Amino acid sequence: MSTPPAEHPLIAARPTGTGPAVEAVGVVKRFGDFTAVAGIDFAVAPGETFGFLGPNGAGKSSTMRMVGCVSHPTEGTMRVLGRDPRRDGPEIRGRLGVVPQQDTLDGELTVMDNMYVYGRFFRLPRAEVRARSAELLEFVQLADRATAKVDELSGGMKRRLTIARALINRPELVLLDEPTTGLDPQARHLLWERLYRLRADGVTLVLTTHYMDEAEQLCDRLVIMDRGRIVAEGGPAELIRRHAARDVVELRLPAGAEPPSGVLEELADHVERLPDRVLLSTDDGDQTLAAVIGRGVAHERAVVRRATLEDVFLRLTGRTLVD
Amino acid sequence: MSTGLVVRVLPPALLGARRSALWVERQWVASRRIWLVLVSGAFEPLLYLLAIGVGVGALVGDVTYGGQPVPYASWVAPAMLAASAMNGAVYETTGNVFFRMRYSKVYDGALATPLEPRDLALGELIWALLRGAAYAVSFAVVMAVLGLMESWWSLLLVPAALLIGLAFAGLGLYAVTFMRSWTDLDLVQLVTLPLFLFSATFVPLDDYPAWAEPIVVVTPLYQGVALLRDLSLGSVGPATLGHVAYLVVLGLTGLALAGRRFSRMLVR
Ligand SMILES: Nc1ncnc2c1ncn2[C@@H]1O[C@H](COP(=O)(O)OP(=O)(O)O)[C@@H](O)[C@H]1O
Ligand SMILES: [Mg+2]
Repeated sequence: MSTPPAEHPLIAARPTGTGPAVEAVGVVKRFGDFTAVAGIDFAVAPGETFGFLGPNGAGKSSTMRMVGCVSHPTEGTMRVLGRDPRRDGPEIRGRLGVVPQQDTLDGELTVMDNMYVYGRFFRLPRAEVRARSAELLEFVQLADRATAKVDELSGGMKRRLTIARALINRPELVLLDEPTTGLDPQARHLLWERLYRLRADGVTLVLTTHYMDEAEQLCDRLVIMDRGRIVAEGGPAELIRRHAARDVVELRLPAGAEPPSGVLEELADHVERLPDRVLLSTDDGDQTLAAVIGRGVAHERAVVRRATLEDVFLRLTGRTLVD
Repeated sequence: MSTGLVVRVLPPALLGARRSALWVERQWVASRRIWLVLVSGAFEPLLYLLAIGVGVGALVGDVTYGGQPVPYASWVAPAMLAASAMNGAVYETTGNVFFRMRYSKVYDGALATPLEPRDLALGELIWALLRGAAYAVSFAVVMAVLGLMESWWSLLLVPAALLIGLAFAGLGLYAVTFMRSWTDLDLVQLVTLPLFLFSATFVPLDDYPAWAEPIVVVTPLYQGVALLRDLSLGSVGPATLGHVAYLVVLGLTGLALAGRRFSRMLVR
């Protein structure tokens, strides 16, 4: 195992081997008659930060659990760290760090004992677990809560503890299922900052989110998932370039004051009508907004902004990410 | 019985036992009040033995066992130990395990590490046996102090009580995977209470109605009671080995089935 860089002594092992860290081919997951994952293919390169962006129910967690070797595909094949999860589950999980969507912290134990017991599950020597636990609690700013019971922690603290715990074995691959859902903005940014540091250290990260800004900020590459399928794949900027115009003009129209049909369509590359607003995709938002005003389209409010992954999702699926 | 011995006794298919020891370690860290088990382990039998053994014994006098008259207290004490081994094992492997499986997420947390579902099942079983051992030792000490051991075979009472623990922990772990609500857990009482009352615990088997005898004989607590009585009253024979075999087979079968059920429940 390589020694971690001195400035970040906590961080996991750098990826070993040259093959993909994760590879899925034709993966299907069914629960009874219900198909949660409907045949997906993807590969995650070592050292990459890879994301699954999609709304609730898209099949992100089902996919993550299969990558984490705690659930097996109904069809298709999965390889994680070059191995077969069905056969080598314990070996693979020994090299993973897992932050599940729902915290699985041990409510019967203190913060420190959670770290200790979890580290022991990886057969780390006791002295090493203790030392590393202290370091990692420092890393996630929980050192002063080491003797607290888990139930006494706030949501953000539990999330940080879960992340610290997931790093105890210096994982080569870290899986984060909606790491910041339910956190306030401050806690969220603290977490992002910690994830940047992991990424900078060359740890392979796979994360899911339904926040488009999180995907844009953190991911080198991502797939957009909807209803168990992958609908697009690429880097954040690339996806926006490919599937959306540069700018978006958001108009809030007065109730019942829809402009004559075809007017908005003339002014933009693409028009998306949502219950509470209309989105105009265009390469020059200011010019389009000027044209909207020039044509006398009545509106209560207008905003020009850059296109985001949310717009990409909307364009591809006709729906919004967070409802 | 040490963890090592349990590991060696189990069939190779259940290996991963080394990982189960890690779950046992978690249990140890979580149980800050192990001394309480030891104290209550001594307290409870004291109450029982005083109330039933000494109290009822004064009314009943001697019981005939293997053709010999035996004081009632000496006769009932091993049955009390057997019942407490059953109750301890069932308690550890149903209520606590039910909570972990259905409500808390601790098993899910552990399964994200190299541990497998069957490691958890075996870990829970070993833990139940370790607690059972602490309890049985206390119980046996009380028996010795009260002069209720009639034979040197009594030295084997504790390991024999652990066989009862094994049988009932195996059954408990299997049964708990089928329980869906706390009311289902009440059904456990519905099984253990009749066993406690009707396993030739308080009344010799000969005094049961003829039709009931063959039924009683095939139930697991009866087998445990008979085993412990053979030891503490010193009438060891081939039948004793039969009781041992019965309990071991039942325990290992329960454990193997429980391991499969744990996988079905926890890996979806
Ligand atoms: N164990 C399960 N049993 C039955 N249905 C499930 C199970 N797990 C997930 N699902 C269903 O599969 C779909 C996808 O769920 P999930 O993978 O959690 O999506 P996401 O994480 O993207 O929100 C949902 O409709 C969910 O209800
Ligand atoms: Mg999810």
